[in-house]
Amino acid sequence: MDVAIEVAGLVKRYGDVTALDGVDLQVPRGTVLGLLGPNGAGKTTIVRILTTLLQPDAGSASIDGVDVLAKPREVRKRLGLSGQYAAVDEYLTGFENLDMIGRLYHLGRRRSRERARELLAQFSLTEAGDRPTRTYSGGMRRRLDLAGALVAAPPVLFLDEPTTGLDPRSRTEMWGVIQRLVADGTTLLLTTQYLEEADVLADDIVVIDHGRAIARGTADQLKAQIGGERLELTVSDADRLEEAVGVVTPLGVAPPVTDEHRRSLTMPVTGGVKALRQALDQLEVAGLDVDDAGVRRPTLDDVFLTLTGSTAGEDDETGEAGAA
Amino acid sequence: MTTIDVVTDAAVVAKRNLIKIKRVPDLLVFTTLSPIMFVLLFAYVFGGAIDPSGGGAAYREFLIAGIFAQTVVFGATNTGAGLADDVKKGIVDRFRSLPMAPSAVLTGRTLSDVVNNVIVLIVMSITGLIVGWRIHTGPLEALWGFALLLIFAYAISWIMAWLGLLIPSPEVINNASFIVIFPLTFVANTFVPLDTLPGPLRVFAEWNPVSSVTQAARELFGNPPPNPVAAVSTAWSLEHAQVYTLLWSVAVVAVFAPLAAAQYRRAASR
Repeated sequence: MDVAIEVAGLVKRYGDVTALDGVDLQVPRGTVLGLLGPNGAGKTTIVRILTTLLQPDAGSASIDGVDVLAKPREVRKRLGLSGQYAAVDEYLTGFENLDMIGRLYHLGRRRSRERARELLAQFSLTEAGDRPTRTYSGGMRRRLDLAGALVAAPPVLFLDEPTTGLDPRSRTEMWGVIQRLVADGTTLLLTTQYLEEADVLADDIVVIDHGRAIARGTADQLKAQIGGERLELTVSDADRLEEAVGVVTPLGVAPPVTDEHRRSLTMPVTGGVKALRQALDQLEVAGLDVDDAGVRRPTLDDVFLTLTGSTAGEDDETGEAGAA
Repeated sequence: MTTIDVVTDAAVVAKRNLIKIKRVPDLLVFTTLSPIMFVLLFAYVFGGAIDPSGGGAAYREFLIAGIFAQTVVFGATNTGAGLADDVKKGIVDRFRSLPMAPSAVLTGRTLSDVVNNVIVLIVMSITGLIVGWRIHTGPLEALWGFALLLIFAYAISWIMAWLGLLIPSPEVINNASFIVIFPLTFVANTFVPLDTLPGPLRVFAEWNPVSSVTQAARELFGNPPPNPVAAVSTAWSLEHAQVYTLLWSVAVVAVFAPLAAAQYRRAASR
């Protein structure tokens, strides 16, 4: 297997806090790896180490076969980085931002300019290209930042939460841009807090929590592991919630979680709408009235609930399984 | 990494910083307006009290070089605030992930601040000429006087570069540097002749490099003290103001350029 990113036993500590606790990763060339995890899980730390911005305390890493720790400058020629906060200079125009990056990759004056225009066109920024970027929308800045990572057409690309903070429309646009990019054979490591994003973009997903890889696999494998979609039901009569649980439990892949206050139950199912129809039919037969019902795709919370017993958003210090 | 890369990378970064001056002219307007305000305040409010001959014309001649020194020292805070801003916004991360010369971000920044200072000194000189300041020497001496001011400012901007990377918050940098720069530019011969200062303060002022660069500029522009009969300081730093200014500038760069470079390698956004 031709491996573009290889990481073994990566450890990073900040004083008493262990940010990374022995992470191993392998990303085959031309594939997309999604690092999925909540804030503070260690995703950004991994990206910063791989892009030579941070030194690990232990472990090894190589990009495109080049040792990240021994030859940082060689590694920098082979990677493009788009960080968590669009690192564009707000006083420069879009063109000037890209031209500057081209010059700093030593593409030369002429090639840098050509490349800047090419990228502006590729990212639908031609019209805005000669305006200072502080006039850009959030989505435009992100696109420009991504374009900046591509100036030298690097074989390996790192995108740290490329759609955090974007509105749904810009997010979908950004996904389209990234999909076209990886279709050209670029190896991509992307971090995200959104399962849906990893699902859409990544070939393989590694779930990171507390600086460790707690699960890995394709999106389908992970979803199978956490039990596919969620069936949610709200019954009319709170006293009969337990009765409803008895009726639907055989349809689920795991027992439902109930919320007395909201008269609702949530249960992992496979088969989505089919499971929903069966549940409604059987509840009707049992004479139970339902106020609201639906199936939804599993969220990051569901992944974490299943894998770690605590939700992603929960305070890490306490470590209590509050959502169960 | 060839020498050519080191130079062109620094030029690319400097150009980027200079575009900001063009795009945000307010910035330049305000960096020049405050020293102009200082000229007018000192010349016309204190001038009469300090200049025994009355009228304040002699004081204005004396004052301008002091204002020049104060202005370029204050201008160095831009170096720190600018770098702090770049760290905060993740621009330094982007630079550090590029195969560019690592030194270029710092040299580019300090060099663009020299250009900034040149523009500010031109505006200040015009203001000075309007209020009656004159150069009484030749063009070579005058140019060397301006050059010394720029060299001195360049040295200070390396201190600020280090601070800007150490404390990546533009607001904190601006406020913190005020606490240091105000005494440094006021406990000096910038606005008042040194003979008026009490003992220990006078010693500090005599060895304060802001005094020596001011003194050097006055010598090179041919601006005499407002009260020719007052006792003249005999401190080595003032009798050899040009040499002391140069030595001090070289020493500061020698210490703070490596410190800033080390801090740059460690700089992390957030």
